[in-house]
Parts: sequence; structure tokens; C-alpha cells
Amino acid sequence: MVPVSWYIALSAILFTIGALGVLIRRNPLIIFMSIELMLNAANLVMVAFTRIYVVLEGQIFVFFVMTVAAAEVAVGLALIVAIFKTRHSINVDEMNSLKG
Amino acid sequence: MTLELALFLILALVAIATALGMLFSRNAVYSALFLVLNFVTVAVFYLLLGAPFIAMSQVSVYAGAIMVLFLFVIMLLGAESLPPSQTLPWQRPLAIALSVILAGEAGYLLFVRKITGGIVPQAIATFGSPVTLGRTLFSKYLLPFEITSVLLLVAMVGAIVLTHKEKGER
Repeated sequence: MVPVSWYIALSAILFTIGALGVLIRRNPLIIFMSIELMLNAANLVMVAFTRIYVVLEGQIFVFFVMTVAAAEVAVGLALIVAIFKTRHSINVDEMNSLKG
Repeated sequence: MTLELALFLILALVAIATALGMLFSRNAVYSALFLVLNFVTVAVFYLLLGAPFIAMSQVSVYAGAIMVLFLFVIMLLGAESLPPSQTLPWQRPLAIALSVILAGEAGYLLFVRKITGGIVPQAIATFGSPVTLGRTLFSKYLLPFEITSVLLLVAMVGAIVLTHKEKGER
């Protein structure tokens, strides 16, 4: 059997890559994908801990995180499309005002 | 080396490589495809951890629905590759240093302080199956489940309102 701490280490690495992506990329779509990667890393930790302490609540929480991620992606991508329609550019460096 | 350990190591390498590929691809479509591969490997990890229902929803919700939405928006906006612009030249090295510190902290907690301890215990046979998960979800967690459906409805309405074009507009 693989020790659970390895899964948690893997998820820490994936979370770090996601955080790095949010910090260094300028394309909002890639920033969004990095956020998804971080949510996935957190889900992996929750499933791993569910395996250690044999309770089902971790997996149910992962289920809810997936729904929230789906809702977040729908609204976020709609926001990006709306910003693109008004400014014709989606570079995050140029998004510095709330009113379009 | 057991079979499961070999599978874990290979898939962990694939997961890290695809995450890095997502991060460093110039083309956003390649990033999205790398991320699909990453989600599928994470789904295999869920199977190894005894969570088949979560693994299947990972494949269908994340790798299916969410990433198709991403690819659709990337191709709709034509945002495959943006021209590089660096308004903050010190940002990239600072970000890399900070993420190395973050990974170092996680490694310290896991392997020096040993916050999780040792080996996986053997789980009971029906653990994490759709039947047990569904029973818990529809009895003990019924109210959060219903709130989730309201949340999805609100997200759907919000997405339509945000991208909707008024009749007199333009």
C-alpha cells in the first residue's frame, strides 16, 4: 500500500504549481485553470484523509466542492466573455477599473 | 515494489508533468488539454484511494463539462496566446521564490513533523461506493444538497445575465 502522506505530498506539489500559475501567468483563462488545479489538489487531500479516518464526510465534501467549482467556472467564464466584449482584450494587466 | 506503488509513482510523475505543462504552455488550448490529462490522473488516484463515485464524477464533471466549457471560451475569444507583457519585472522571480517556500513548508510538515503518520488502513468493502454515498447524501446532508441545486441555478442565471445582450444595445 502507498502511504497516505505521499498522496498529500503530491497534492501539495500540485497546489504549489497552481498557486505559481495564478501568480505568473497573465492570461485570465490560464489563471482560472490554475485555480481549478488548486481545488483539485484540495479534493485529493480530502479523499486521502477520508481513507485514513474511515468516515464518508470527506467524499461528500469533495462532491460539494465539485459543484461549487462548476458554478464558479460558469460565472467566471461569463465574466471573461463580458469583459472581452467591452474591452476587446483579456490581459489581466489591463483590467484595472471596475467600470468598463 | 508492489504494483500499486509503481502505478502511484508513474501517475504522480504524469500528474506533475501535466500540471507543469499546463503552466508553461504558450498556447491556452494546449494548457486546457494538459489539464484534462491531469484531471484524469487525479481520478485514477481517487480510485486507488477507494472513492469510485468521486472518481467518476471527476471524469464527467471536471474533465468533461468544465474543460469543454474552457475550450469553448478559449476558441470563442481567440485567446490562444496573448503577447507577453511584463509590467512588473520582479513579479516572476518573487512568485517562484514564494512558491518554493510554500512547497518547502508542506514538505517540512509532512516529512519532518510527520503530521499524518504511516500506512493506509484497509477500508471496508463498500466504502465510498455510490450506494453508501447516496444514502448519506440524501439523508444526513439533504439540506446542503438542495442548497447546491439553488447555487447551480443562481450560477446559470448569472452566466446568462452577464453575457446577455439587451435589445437596444449596440
